Amino acid sequence: MRIVPFIISALVATGLIIVLNLQLPVGGNKTPRLGYFLSPQIGFWQNAESVNTNYNNDIKLTGLESKVEVYIDDRLVPHIYADQENDAYYVQGYLHAKFRLWQMEFQTHLAGGRVSEIFGKERLYVDRFFRRLGMVYGAENTQEYVEKNNPEMKSSIEAYAKGVNAYISSLKPEQIPFEYKLLDYQPEAWSAKKTYLFQMFMSYDLTGRGASTDLQMTNAKNYFGYQDFNQLFSNIKDSLDPIIPKGTVYAKPSINPIMPKDVDSAYLNNNAPNTTATAPFIPNKNNGSNNWAVAGSKTKSGRPILCNDPHLGLNMPSLWYELQITTPTHSTYGASFPGSPAVIIGFNDSIAWGVTNAGRDVLDYYEMKFKDSSKQEYWYNGAWKKATTRKEVIKVKDSADQVEDIAMTVFGPVMYDNMYKNSSTEGKYLALRWTAHEASKGLLPFYLLNRARNYDDYLVAISNWYNTGQNFVFASKTGDIAIKQQAAFVARWSRQGDFIMPGIDSSYAWQGMIPTEENPMIKNPIRGFVSSANQESTDTSYPYYLGAGSNFPIYRGIIINRMLTAMNAITPTDMQLLQMNNYHVFAEMARPVLLKYLSKASLNAEEKKYVDILANWNLNADINEKGATVFNAIWDSTEAAIYKDEFAAAKLNLGWPDDPILLESLLRDSAYTFIDNIGTSNKMETIDDVVLEGLKKAVTKLAALEKENKLEWGKFKDTKVVHWLKIPALSRMHLPIGGGRHMINATTEDHGPSWRMIVHLTDEIEAYCVYPGGQNGNPGSKYYDTFIDSWANGKYYQILFLKKEDAPKHKKVKWLMTFTQA
Amino acid sequence: MKFFSSIILTAILAYALGLYTTLPWWGFAITSFVVALSIHQTPFKSFLSGFLGLFLLWVVLATIIDINNEHILATKVAQILPLGGSYMAVIGLTGLLGGLVSGFASLAASYSRKA
Repeated sequence: MRIVPFIISALVATGLIIVLNLQLPVGGNKTPRLGYFLSPQIGFWQNAESVNTNYNNDIKLTGLESKVEVYIDDRLVPHIYADQENDAYYVQGYLHAKFRLWQMEFQTHLAGGRVSEIFGKERLYVDRFFRRLGMVYGAENTQEYVEKNNPEMKSSIEAYAKGVNAYISSLKPEQIPFEYKLLDYQPEAWSAKKTYLFQMFMSYDLTGRGASTDLQMTNAKNYFGYQDFNQLFSNIKDSLDPIIPKGTVYAKPSINPIMPKDVDSAYLNNNAPNTTATAPFIPNKNNGSNNWAVAGSKTKSGRPILCNDPHLGLNMPSLWYELQITTPTHSTYGASFPGSPAVIIGFNDSIAWGVTNAGRDVLDYYEMKFKDSSKQEYWYNGAWKKATTRKEVIKVKDSADQVEDIAMTVFGPVMYDNMYKNSSTEGKYLALRWTAHEASKGLLPFYLLNRARNYDDYLVAISNWYNTGQNFVFASKTGDIAIKQQAAFVARWSRQGDFIMPGIDSSYAWQGMIPTEENPMIKNPIRGFVSSANQESTDTSYPYYLGAGSNFPIYRGIIINRMLTAMNAITPTDMQLLQMNNYHVFAEMARPVLLKYLSKASLNAEEKKYVDILANWNLNADINEKGATVFNAIWDSTEAAIYKDEFAAAKLNLGWPDDPILLESLLRDSAYTFIDNIGTSNKMETIDDVVLEGLKKAVTKLAALEKENKLEWGKFKDTKVVHWLKIPALSRMHLPIGGGRHMINATTEDHGPSWRMIVHLTDEIEAYCVYPGGQNGNPGSKYYDTFIDSWANGKYYQILFLKKEDAPKHKKVKWLMTFTQA
Repeated sequence: MKFFSSIILTAILAYALGLYTTLPWWGFAITSFVVALSIHQTPFKSFLSGFLGLFLLWVVLATIIDINNEHILATKVAQILPLGGSYMAVIGLTGLLGGLVSGFASLAASYSRKA
């Protein structure tokens, strides 16, 4: 034996193994364990699916009541046929897991404040935020309620969980999804609770902005004073075209919320000098959607057509998974959420439905007065009241646990306190009241919509929807169309909850919830269509306060209603074109204002060139239009010229006023107060000055863009669909698609129509859909991004709404999976 | 002859290990060691046959998978690692890492025998 060379070579071999078995830090990130990751027999290569993968399979599992057949079509959409309701959800769980396991677990880890378990302490701020927001608390409340009161929901969710777990336990180590290997962790068992956490994730995405905007609005109100604030953030919008047509007469309200007597001194004008916390992140402002239904009177066939495109973050794998579920009670097709049973947006053989976000305020802050920093007692209605404590333990990879002790008050959890603050909070105690915390019936409305046969069923189904306001649009084969804004909405007095409210007594508490019959709704209107696009649901004659106007974008609603009013003999193809419509109605209204003031100015050649592009633009934000980029730049710079001086001087986190407020202020009054630059004490700027200043700034930016060859709208906007881990290689970048904010095709840089659906309610339902993603969440599958190019190009797939007897021989059906009891 | 049988044996045993056991990815270091211990060669040849056994096994396995996958995933991994988006580079790196670990295990085995 040659000792020295032996020891050296053995050490080299061992050293190599050790190094290749470690996650090495590289530029702020960590590599996968390279030896493991690259090993062809267990590493990532095992996720590189053959492009000719055969999905046929006979799967034997425990927990099924009878045989389930799943026919899979050429787009990898499964059509599930089950004899038992729960078996259908069991198999749905199995399929979600098979194609989307990593994403399902990741989203619920995010919602449940557990990403530190994967990433370590760098992401602790994410977990602390979600724990303190009460995400787990809310999920537990709804789970407890549903399990006590809705046995069929309970068993559906449990069957679904069993299906997910059946798949997880069938996985060999080399079969776990790619992302686990990349980040080096293992999937864990699924549970019913995760379905409730997923629902909280959606509640947060759709209504959680209030957790930040209420703080920003409070900052703005305190800084500007209520009078100026009310002008900057006015709730009046002249051009609003509400969901329920103007002039509709509303019944007398059954609740008359009473404004507290001290509202002026203690609330609106208590310009507290100290400022408030802002959240580390905030749901996208553009989270919204379009939906509409046209009656037979306006269609070529004489049958209704229903359309929906929910606008959410554009992620890969997609939030949505397409499928058909058929049982003896129903046959339903549509988009489902990996993580939840049933179809969320879709249709069955009788009706179709869709949703948009209502934007109503369902989240408020109360400032609490605690006896001391131990948070044991708080002052409420003239006495010290005991608070309970909720302990949230956050596990952190390679670090000690982080424990959050959250005081619980009559209003809800104290989100911000002496232990959770930033430099600007100064230790305020802010309790959060949010409808998403409260026990609700969870997914029951969707469970019932999946089975609804007519308008009455639809009304009953959605009346069970509590947490986050949604506009449920409806159409039936029998010719009814309807839309209803539904949730448990707070009966508010004007401006109640727009700012942090005093929490020392019950005078600012919620005084009641609006009965569902009094929620805005309309059925079979004379105009022959119903629609919603996140605008205010009613005009001011509705007896309840809807919430701050900045929650409601109005321009998509205006153009949708204008187009639908003008359209007749509508076909599904017309509806496809409408969903892809890039007409910029906001620019239609704002451009004349800009041009009016610019036409008077003396411009140099370069400035004149861009003004000409703007003036000659056809108002469509198509990919090759330079005018859209020019408009965008000039408007943004003008807005900055008007507001930046005031807002920058505040040195606070303040949201800026929305586009309609500025535009309508300029249309109403060219001497708008905020036009003057407060930085120039000796000069009073006019609107001519600020628009010219806006142009000059814009021209610098535009010239730079033009040099880079990015003046065309599509190139400038540069839409992408991004993997949840923000890894470009797993994303689709530089997609050629027009549209944007304020347009029906609401596709911005990384946000937009996450599912487009058109359902023509003919005898044999004719439906079309497309979403920016693919059915298989595995980045190594050719079905990972199958639909993205079609989505960008405005192409739709005709949906295969398949009867069981036609499935075996249908030419588009490629595979059959059968599930039987082991 | 010894050289080629070493290569083949190293590859076959490593493959079988991956197929029939749940040993970690480096389990083949043991079999490569055993092969080099059983088939006596000079240290250089031991290293080379150990290296080539795993290099060839991993390159062949990865290539078959990659061709069936039409390079979809390897191209993405080649951007993440980063290897300039080249699936060939990922295959090469795969073979190299497996080969080095195996080669040094074989070398150690060779030195551990009486000269």
